[in-house]
Amino acid sequence: MPPEPRSGLGRRLLFLLPVAAFIGLVAVFAFGLGHDPSALKSAMIDKPAPAFSLSPILEDRPGLARADLGGKPVLVNFFASWCAPCRAEHATLTGLAAAGVPVYGIAYKDKPQDARRFLTDLGDPYQRIGLDFDGRTAIDFGVYGVPETYILDRDGRIRYRYAGALTDAVLKTEILPRLEALAQP
Amino acid sequence: MIAEAGHFALILALLIAIVQSILPMIGATRNSRPLMDVAPMASLLQFGAVAIAFGALTHGYVTSDFSLKNVVENSHSLKPLLYKITGVWGNHEGSMLLWALILTLYGAAVGAFGRNLPPALKARVLSIHGMIGVGFLAFILFTSNPFLRMLPVPPDGEGLNPILQDPGLAFHPPFLYLGYVGFSMAFSFAVAALIEGRVDPAWARWVRPWTLVAWCALTLGICLGSWWAYYELGWGGWWAWDPVENASFMPWLSGTALLHSSIVVEKRDTLKGWTIFLALVTFSLSLLGTFLVRSGVLSSVHAFAVDPARGAFILVLLVMAIGGSLLLFALRAPALRSTGTFAPISRESALVLNNLLLATAALTVFLGTLYPLFLDVIGGDKVSVGSPYYNATFVPLMVPLVLVMAAGPMMTWKRADLTGVLMRLRLAFGGALAVALVMIIVTKGHKALAPLGIGLAAWLLFGTLRELAERIRLFQAPWQVVRNRLAHTTRAAWGMSIAHAGMAVTIAGITVASGWQQEAIQTLKPGDSVTLAGDSYRFDKVEPLPGPNYSAEQATVTVSRDGRTFATMHPSRLTYPLQRMTTADVAIHTDGFSDKYVVLGEPQPDGGWIFRLYYNPLVPWVWFGAIIMVLGGVLSLSDRRLRIGAPVRKAKRAEAGLAA
Repeated sequence: MPPEPRSGLGRRLLFLLPVAAFIGLVAVFAFGLGHDPSALKSAMIDKPAPAFSLSPILEDRPGLARADLGGKPVLVNFFASWCAPCRAEHATLTGLAAAGVPVYGIAYKDKPQDARRFLTDLGDPYQRIGLDFDGRTAIDFGVYGVPETYILDRDGRIRYRYAGALTDAVLKTEILPRLEALAQP
Repeated sequence: MIAEAGHFALILALLIAIVQSILPMIGATRNSRPLMDVAPMASLLQFGAVAIAFGALTHGYVTSDFSLKNVVENSHSLKPLLYKITGVWGNHEGSMLLWALILTLYGAAVGAFGRNLPPALKARVLSIHGMIGVGFLAFILFTSNPFLRMLPVPPDGEGLNPILQDPGLAFHPPFLYLGYVGFSMAFSFAVAALIEGRVDPAWARWVRPWTLVAWCALTLGICLGSWWAYYELGWGGWWAWDPVENASFMPWLSGTALLHSSIVVEKRDTLKGWTIFLALVTFSLSLLGTFLVRSGVLSSVHAFAVDPARGAFILVLLVMAIGGSLLLFALRAPALRSTGTFAPISRESALVLNNLLLATAALTVFLGTLYPLFLDVIGGDKVSVGSPYYNATFVPLMVPLVLVMAAGPMMTWKRADLTGVLMRLRLAFGGALAVALVMIIVTKGHKALAPLGIGLAAWLLFGTLRELAERIRLFQAPWQVVRNRLAHTTRAAWGMSIAHAGMAVTIAGITVASGWQQEAIQTLKPGDSVTLAGDSYRFDKVEPLPGPNYSAEQATVTVSRDGRTFATMHPSRLTYPLQRMTTADVAIHTDGFSDKYVVLGEPQPDGGWIFRLYYNPLVPWVWFGAIIMVLGGVLSLSDRRLRIGAPVRKAKRAEAGLAA
């Protein structure tokens, strides 16, 4: 313990510090209750995607592993059936997939039956879907919360990360130009 | 019917908790024995009522009562009985009920066994503990009621998640909660002491066993959780600094600090404010951890809680428990006066340094865990921190901690002779240096951290042995004296030596396992071999293996070294048709010094299979060390002095203070 200040007032203030710190923390939590953060910078940018191997959730669709990345630029989308913004962005993703962009999905902390129901109800844009049941792979990717979308280049490097629900505007300004640039030889 | 009885018992428990938190407190203020005596009775009744509720829910699971919504969502009639039972706490509502059960168990234990406590202190402690119970039981009843019925009754349940059907996962929450929730006792004692305005060595001795029980259980819980992650998740690692792990690690760090600082209060009657503060902080971190994990704020910041009512309730609970106790601390703690003084070089100072380092470490983990949330608030660049952050901040804190750990126990109270201590430790230092040098030669200077980590582990182990030898005067006195001193060494002292030695084992395990892990991912066809860390792994065949509710493919891998076969391993892939889910069953071959770890991946179109192989040297030591630490704690707990409580003189003074 640091030497205690002699004066009565200083000593009292010292003991008030924890309360003050806690009030600040509560303010942060209260903020977190109703806030939806968007653009995030990731420490993983320009790093190779982490090693992972996830089992499939659909019979006709393969799972997803590190080995499946590379060769061509792809989108990797973390989603969950319990996540409302994921529902919101789903039509955008389906449109993107219909336009021929390869989209891989990772179901984050989801029950396989729920994820299947989600895809049956809303359509399935994913070429491959892996189940990240315990969220380990998401941690390795540096996922902050679902939905999040990553652009990986042909070497399997993470080039871009978008946190939050994709919209057509985001596609136009952020996603498509990057994909095009990466597709150039 | 039984479910309704459980629901009713839970409501009853809430009412008892309200009575328990009000009457004894009034009794303690007015010095009325009848009111104070309500406390132990209420704590036992409250435990009984929650136990009935828990039993009723368990009954619902065992009999697959699918009129209960909670059972439908989390169980299935085909589940093995064991996992029907453990499924009770495998979900939010049930785990909160387990939380409440363990909370009231601790309260009942103090009510039943706390006979040596002064009545007023006991009444106040149980009253505070009752308040925590009120908060939790209200939370369960109003936002997370496990006894809600469902109509129409579905034919079968939904929950048969294969990953969750595992003994490691099934049993680590109870231990984790025994640890987490156990710190509620230290919290209640601290708040009661603040209300009484008195903290003395007797108080420290009363709190110590409860802190020690919680610490042992938490250590074991973290150890089990890490071991489960290691063998079940199949990624070859054992610690990922993920928010769930951090949530249990933070109270462990501050709880360890509390364990040490309360020794200073007990022996030297000083560091009172700080010890009280640590008791408050440790349980606050437990609360914060439980709730942040439960509410999902850490893994997914996009929604604080799935149910906004739940999130708001949580926040109110946190504000009342943590804010209230810290405010009380700010008002009352400055009046606590210490009698013991100590020099900058003394055992007290060594323990203060230990505390500062542990507290800083806890703060580091806290900041790392909540970093994304903090950055979000100030609107800066948002980066999620990963293990690089923890490695960069944690290692520098642990180095001085371990250095002091070996020297601290050799220092005398009040004023120590640093030169003398260091002189007596010269052999330990020389030994550690030699070990580090050997490591530098072995690694050819490539791995900077390895000689440091191994050297530190050796330093701690040799230092601990040296202290033990000195205590029993080994090699210094005739054998009779040594035997006599050996017989008179207290169990608490043995516990300390053993726990410190366990720490040395864990440090060695962590260092080697993280420095020398080797990994290979390869597609193999039957007959192919791959070499990793000098061992040759030959993939012989894959065979189907029928199971009760799954079908599996089991591979046979023969491991040999220099042509001599020493192990046959069977990694497998399990497919659960009902869930259409595949999991990998890791094969681990251990010899106590290193693990060979093989995961069977997916079949390839060309007839090959993906294999992931890890060579994990010394990784079992990580858990051996933790178990040794727990043994040390249990031994210390069995110390006679803790059972008989405070010395008579102190107890008398407490009674006298009460009468005044």
